[in-house]
Amino acid sequence: MRFERMLTPLVLLTVTGLLVGTTLERSRSLDGTINFLAFFATTAAIYAVFSLALNVQWGYTGIFNFGVAAFFLVGAYTAAIFVKPPADPESSVRYVGGFGEVFSPPFLGGDQWVPFLVAMLAAAIASGLLAFLLAIPTLRLREDYLAITTIGIAELLRRIVIQEDYLVNGSRSLIGIPKPFSGYFEADTNRFVYLAVVVVVLIVVFLLVERVIRSPWGRVLRALKEDEIATAASGKNVFAFKMQGFILGAMFMGVGGAVFAFSRGSIGPTTFDHFFATFLIWAMLIVGGSGNNWGAIAGAYVVWGIFTITLNLQLYDLPSLIESRISFIRDFLLGLLIVAILLLRPQGLIPEERRVSIWLDRRMRKSTPGDPAATNTSEP
Amino acid sequence: MSAQPPILEVDQLTKSFGGVLAVDKCTLSASKGKITGLIGPNGAGKTTLFNLIAGAEKPTSGTIRFQGRRIDGQPPHRTFHRGIVRTFQIARSIKTMTVLENLMLMPPRQSGERIWNPWLFNGRVSREEEQHYERAMEVLNFVELVDLRDEYASNLSGGQKKLLELARTLMCDPTLLLLDEPGAGVNRVLLGKLAEKIEALCSDLGITIFLIEHDMDLVTRLCNPVLVMSEGGLLAEGTPEEIKRDERVLEAYLGGQYR
Repeated sequence: MRFERMLTPLVLLTVTGLLVGTTLERSRSLDGTINFLAFFATTAAIYAVFSLALNVQWGYTGIFNFGVAAFFLVGAYTAAIFVKPPADPESSVRYVGGFGEVFSPPFLGGDQWVPFLVAMLAAAIASGLLAFLLAIPTLRLREDYLAITTIGIAELLRRIVIQEDYLVNGSRSLIGIPKPFSGYFEADTNRFVYLAVVVVVLIVVFLLVERVIRSPWGRVLRALKEDEIATAASGKNVFAFKMQGFILGAMFMGVGGAVFAFSRGSIGPTTFDHFFATFLIWAMLIVGGSGNNWGAIAGAYVVWGIFTITLNLQLYDLPSLIESRISFIRDFLLGLLIVAILLLRPQGLIPEERRVSIWLDRRMRKSTPGDPAATNTSEP
Repeated sequence: MSAQPPILEVDQLTKSFGGVLAVDKCTLSASKGKITGLIGPNGAGKTTLFNLIAGAEKPTSGTIRFQGRRIDGQPPHRTFHRGIVRTFQIARSIKTMTVLENLMLMPPRQSGERIWNPWLFNGRVSREEEQHYERAMEVLNFVELVDLRDEYASNLSGGQKKLLELARTLMCDPTLLLLDEPGAGVNRVLLGKLAEKIEALCSDLGITIFLIEHDMDLVTRLCNPVLVMSEGGLLAEGTPEEIKRDERVLEAYLGGQYR
């Protein structure tokens, strides 16, 4: 029982320790370490946005979206064409849009942040629209069929990007995507500024998700995840709620894609492969605890942490047998972690809350202090 | 039977699953303010009839009228909003939610169920939650489940789950309550209590009740009239005493070997 409670802090501490330790070892300077950790935190926070978004779809609504990459891709490319200047007809680089200058008001340093805000909104809308179109024929399918359909869509979109190379420059990638506030700061400082931007986005997404999930709306989602027939018999339009959950999750995936595009500065079809853009996000949600927004964030941190630690390990003087196979070992370790979590702690590092409604949660904690039932955690 | 037109009229209703006629040209009705019992041997089509009325299944042919308006083929959330609330033969509460939230899920037209309201008008959502909470506590007192209010529904006993099913229906002012074997799997002591609750619903709150039940003691105690279904159609209708004496009913139950 005690071990159960200690597990989550233990995992978080171990990952943090190894992460800082191996990074220090690797860069051999404080500056380098801080820079590297800032980069790590930026990526982890971006992944946390995706993990939260997937949590809305899977953790709360029970929608088996195995094509996160599709929404990731749409969000990232949409954001990119909203912040880039129009394509130069003289050059061989071709892409549609290029609205960066359209949405730049000439005051308040508008060009440094307004286009990015617009781009994030556009990414959310484009991704949400894709979800809406996908949902009409597929949302009534059983969840395993929906998973297959979403995988197909993700691959389809990737192929379209490659084939229709006038859209977003095809497989030659779209480069030179600017970062917000990059005109104000040196590249070194801007790394931290952008980390702050991503953290703000993460906080906003978290607050939005947490507020709407821990409400009567989220309660309907949890109910229909468990039993659609009983939920329909309770007067809820199950299809409409599933649609809303799917679209909301997709919109946040679009936002995640946008901040990812700004962060990387260049995106291509290979960026959105199934491993990085779908599987890893599922791993994060399962490890962290699907059905809990804190869990979704913790999962993103832990999984990306382990991933980064194994990257750092490559710099040690390893036997060549291991060194040449480190990337496979990394995948292996990740798989092992998921299996271990599913077997030993299927509810994840931070399990689902007992009560959905935040209002009720507060009420119950107040009314029954000391009662073991007053703690808001699930039973295993 | 009564001067009022029946609240629920089922006319020539048919439902086939492939080659099987689960409900076959069934015509029956239930009167307002009464507890109508529905009995019949296994496979007579009772639960399918309930599914058709509640909208969980679409009829193959025939009509269902509720308060004079046709409701056949409407999805379950529509029939719910018209005032038809049902329970399931095997209790179907949401196992992964607490007893209290199972109840708070039920009230129709909650403003907090519109996705933008928790973001924009959270004060109103909270005030409503408070009202639903108060009401849920009253209902839980009524069914005597109040001590289990913060327990997961999956941790309740079979009988308690049945009570929870009944309690859920009380959160939404139903006009017509469809109860599918409310007494199945409930122990004798609890069963007496359950019968009292159901009677009180009808006499105190004026809710029309239509219930499927195998336990003849419970049916005799609660229901008048009693309808008998056999092989998808209505076989007999009458007071519990008449039904008990009806030879056709006995034959349907016993398969005719005692003729």
